[in-house]
Amino acid sequence: MKIVVLVKQVPDSGAERTLKSDDFTVDRGSASNVINEMDEYAIEEALRIKEAQGGEVTILTVGPDGATESIRKALSMGPDAAVHVVDGAIAGSDAVQTSAVLAAALGTLEWDLVLCGAEATDGRVQVIPHMLAERLGVPALTGARKLTIDGDSRTIERQTDEGYEVVRADGKAVVSVWDTINEPRYPSFKGIMAAKKKPVTTLSLADLGLAPDTVGLANAYSAVVSAAPRPARQAGTRVTDEGEGGVQLVEFLAVEKFV
Amino acid sequence: MSAPGAARPVAVERMLPTEEATELLGLAAEIADGELAPRAADFEARGEFPREVFRTLGRAGLLSLPYPEEYGGADQPYEVYLQVVEELARRWLSVALGVSVHTLSCFPVAEFGTDEQRKRFLPDMLGGEQLGAYCLSEPAGGSDAAALTTRAVADGDEYRVTGTKAWVSHGGCADFYNLFARTGGPGPEGISCLLVDPASPGLVPQAPERKMGLSAERTSQLAFDDVRVPADRLLGGEGVGFRIAMRALDGGRLGIAACAVGLAQSALDYACAYAAEREQFGRPIAAFQGVGFLLADAATQIAAARSLVLSAARLKDAGRPFSVEAAKAKLFATDTAMRVTTDMVQVLGGYGYVADHPVERYFREAKVLQIVEGTNQIQRVVIARALTGGGPV
Repeated sequence: MKIVVLVKQVPDSGAERTLKSDDFTVDRGSASNVINEMDEYAIEEALRIKEAQGGEVTILTVGPDGATESIRKALSMGPDAAVHVVDGAIAGSDAVQTSAVLAAALGTLEWDLVLCGAEATDGRVQVIPHMLAERLGVPALTGARKLTIDGDSRTIERQTDEGYEVVRADGKAVVSVWDTINEPRYPSFKGIMAAKKKPVTTLSLADLGLAPDTVGLANAYSAVVSAAPRPARQAGTRVTDEGEGGVQLVEFLAVEKFV
Repeated sequence: MSAPGAARPVAVERMLPTEEATELLGLAAEIADGELAPRAADFEARGEFPREVFRTLGRAGLLSLPYPEEYGGADQPYEVYLQVVEELARRWLSVALGVSVHTLSCFPVAEFGTDEQRKRFLPDMLGGEQLGAYCLSEPAGGSDAAALTTRAVADGDEYRVTGTKAWVSHGGCADFYNLFARTGGPGPEGISCLLVDPASPGLVPQAPERKMGLSAERTSQLAFDDVRVPADRLLGGEGVGFRIAMRALDGGRLGIAACAVGLAQSALDYACAYAAEREQFGRPIAAFQGVGFLLADAATQIAAARSLVLSAARLKDAGRPFSVEAAKAKLFATDTAMRVTTDMVQVLGGYGYVADHPVERYFREAKVLQIVEGTNQIQRVVIARALTGGGPV
């Protein structure tokens, strides 16, 4: 089975993240950039499928030059090859445009299954898997906490707030996963060394037959019109027990809907 | 106050020989932060052996670093391997010590095994799923290892082993044992090395020792009651065992020394974060010379210990004699770990003496490093003999 895993480089969610003050796009220059955490679970799932059934795992990334670092990191976990779509005109693209670029890049590859994280920790819009599946004309199985491949059928347990739904599709599909699906492996030392020699194909918009004026910030369907830093944390409520402390605590918990 | 250990410690400046060594140290630190640091205090408190953590290290390729690629190793120089051990010890000494013991336990086959034995045993030993143990000491004989009494009597194409081995790290949970037993007469010439399968009938691990520290590291006696070991598991020939043991220990001593540097660094990391945050008389205690100088001395001693360890390692990597330098490194690094952990308890004052902070555990753990892989008195014997022409000291 030929699996393509979408990998996005994002600013480390554990560190300070900012938007640029002029166009409100993510400030990647000042951030420590890492693989989107949820994508590591998609990579792990792809590797497990390959280990069980054979096949090939290819990483697909749309991102600036600096994303190479995340691609190498992803390859060190075990995938066979990578495709990096890099073109200055793509900067600032929204999900609609990015899904078009991804669909065009997948058009250059042979694949049976696309795996990706259910969300990226920067934009958190969660729509890429659906948009991409629509563009590719294949089913979208999204938000998986479990994936079973049986011959031509792909069945997921779609995680919901209350439990899960079983969703099945046959043939080619886009599957997005949550971090409940597996425990991603660490790269191995040999994997790190081998990753340096794995093929990474670089594609531009021209290579994909896409016009520059269909992508990028200026042509995006959505725009961030303003942004403000998160307000500083408020001081908590202090309850002084003057015989009524217990009641006050319970009232606080009730108002905040903790009980 | 919040636990200052949560702050990521300052990176140690390292001169590494290759870009791949830099990548390797990065991987070791990533796994140490992600898998070792969060578990150490809990596992030590419960005295549980972290077998799964070793599997994670094995899968990442960290249990076979200084051995040939041909057999599943990573062909890394000792200089690099030891810095990986140091990074692991900085998060969890029991695990780093386990890595050192396993590496030591692969040495006899790797260095003294025949080609056939290497092909047969090494790939599994270095594959990451197995852990080795080293059985040299006995209840009545530690420093005077050449006086060991466990007997291996040739009987057809087998040896029949009877005796008791003591202080066996991974005793009872290892996948292979390097056993040193007497096949000949008294003295070092009568000792041979056998590779023993833990499932051998008559091999009975005893209850784990109840130690001052390293509770998550299992140490047990092993009783051998007429255990049959196939003769094709004899390593290096009869009578070569003591030479194998001493050669293996030269490398093992550097492993312990690297553990000591990592442990001392860990104590310093914690105490520095604490001293920067803890206020007395209106300012952080780090601003008082009495505390700042303790930290400065510790940092200096640790840097000196690290240099000594790596200097001995580079001699080994160059194929030059390094036994005496390894003895000096083990002596100095482990004495440094004892002194530094003692002083770092002092920096934390009363908080240093209670289990809410890890420095009291570091202090207890440091002590054993002055004892294992040759007591520091034995290291001095090795060094003094070299100075005075090899005679008895």
